[in-house]
Amino acid sequence: MKSWIAFWNILKKDIKNYYLKPPNISRGIIFPLSWTLMQLIRSPDKNVLQLLPGLMAMSVLFGTTSMLAVTITFERSGRSFERLLLAPISLNVMVLAKMAGTVLFGVFNAFVPVVFASFFIDLSFAHWAVVLPAVLMIAITSALMGLLIAVSAEQVFEAQTLSNFFRFPMLFLCGLFVPIASLPVFLRPLSYLLPLTYGVDILKGAIVGMNAFSPALSFGALAFFAAGLFFVCRRQINRRWIL
Amino acid sequence: MVTVTNLKKTYGNFTAVDGISFDVQKGEIFGFLGPNGAGKTSTINMMIGLARPTAGEITISGIDVRRYPKKAQAIMGIVPDDSNLYNEMDGFDNLCFCAALYGMKREERESKAQQLLERFRLKEAGKRPFKAYSKGMRRKLTIAAALIHSPQILFLDEPTTGIDVESSRQIREMIVELKRQGATIFLTTHYIEEAERICDRIAFIKEGKIVASGSLPELMHSVSHGYAVRLVTDKSAQSLTGELQNRFKGSKVTIGQEHSVVIASSKRIVLLPVMEFFHEKGIEVYEAKELRPSLEDVFVKLTGIESSVLRKEKGGKR
Repeated sequence: MKSWIAFWNILKKDIKNYYLKPPNISRGIIFPLSWTLMQLIRSPDKNVLQLLPGLMAMSVLFGTTSMLAVTITFERSGRSFERLLLAPISLNVMVLAKMAGTVLFGVFNAFVPVVFASFFIDLSFAHWAVVLPAVLMIAITSALMGLLIAVSAEQVFEAQTLSNFFRFPMLFLCGLFVPIASLPVFLRPLSYLLPLTYGVDILKGAIVGMNAFSPALSFGALAFFAAGLFFVCRRQINRRWIL
Repeated sequence: MVTVTNLKKTYGNFTAVDGISFDVQKGEIFGFLGPNGAGKTSTINMMIGLARPTAGEITISGIDVRRYPKKAQAIMGIVPDDSNLYNEMDGFDNLCFCAALYGMKREERESKAQQLLERFRLKEAGKRPFKAYSKGMRRKLTIAAALIHSPQILFLDEPTTGIDVESSRQIREMIVELKRQGATIFLTTHYIEEAERICDRIAFIKEGKIVASGSLPELMHSVSHGYAVRLVTDKSAQSLTGELQNRFKGSKVTIGQEHSVVIASSKRIVLLPVMEFFHEKGIEVYEAKELRPSLEDVFVKLTGIESSVLRKEKGGKR
């Protein structure tokens, strides 16, 4: 019960202090909308439906990785993060509470293109029961990558730079713009090591029916990445935050 | 209440804390005095579970801090050297948030936050964002936040550093009041006068080692091996030096400036015979004062560090 009170209040505080601030709300809406328009202008012959999985994945990725990395690094530089480390709650509860806000923000970002697309096309045949957990899993793995960045960065600008360093190569290697089969042979193994590859594949399957892997395999891979990243993050937190 | 045994902390080749041992009794104010880089913050960080000891033991209320840091943190209140509350939140919300971290329910945390705002004279500022607070107010709210869950022991790291004189005075009064209410307080400071004024026991730390510890009288006794009295008279007693030494065997008489006389002895000096001597000689005595070493003298003697070094660090003398 005590841990739950702490968890809920950390989440509530983060949502109020960071995610519900006007710049972040507008960023969460404007970025996905801009990407949607860019894609439509660049390839007017492509239908919106085909673009949707990629737009959703990009929105989640950009919405989560930098947000968690930046908010934690910001709190660490202002020392308020120390207060969480000194609270009598387990590090797991604290980390999960910090992640929860980012994950919710990422899910919100993912559905901005969906709302936009719903004005143009009928989305009723998409498998939403698959889309929602897929978006959630992409958000969780992306948030964990953001956490890994937060553990490594000392300053906010470092966190932002590191986020981009990870995000952009991922976008080009995950099969979003270039199908994995068309990538140079030496780059393909890298694609299979990225959680986003599996997330995008689930979304493609659930929305346009064009998945390369079975959803079970992709969800399994995402769960495996999430567990692995969480383990690495916890180890790094223990080593770097408790000196 | 607190037992620290052979505590050591190294960072690479640098030893920040070098096998220190001490204990803090329930209900006392224990001061940790030393210059910057002496190992004060490293020690406090290990005690509160923010740093891992390289070696040694720390127990607080019977809880092994190394093994159960979270259990120990539940009974601690921690005030760091720099306020670590949330700038974006107001004073009241900051206190409520801190209470929530200790699992306190909503009604309980709101009522405790109100009480603390009143007690720390911050009620008016309760709805102002923390970033708009003055340094003194920030420090007071940080102390209030540390008390929100009624901890058994309070850790204060340099509580009055860098804040105005009035706020410092108020904070010292609060610390003494907390002790009166039964709180156990561990504080680090580099202000000798502050330690002298409020601490029951003090440890001097230098280069990671405790060079002396004890109560004020114990520390003073450790450097002073005699007694001295300074008298101020209406005229010079220069011509009476020999006679004074004869009358008070075993004492050493020194004539100072502005008609002052210092009589030093290995035994305690009884004033009445001294006063009678001067009366017989027709000399009026205006003032008589026993000379004792100050904590500053003790610190300088035991650490070899000039107290001016401490004053230059972080904000000067109080």
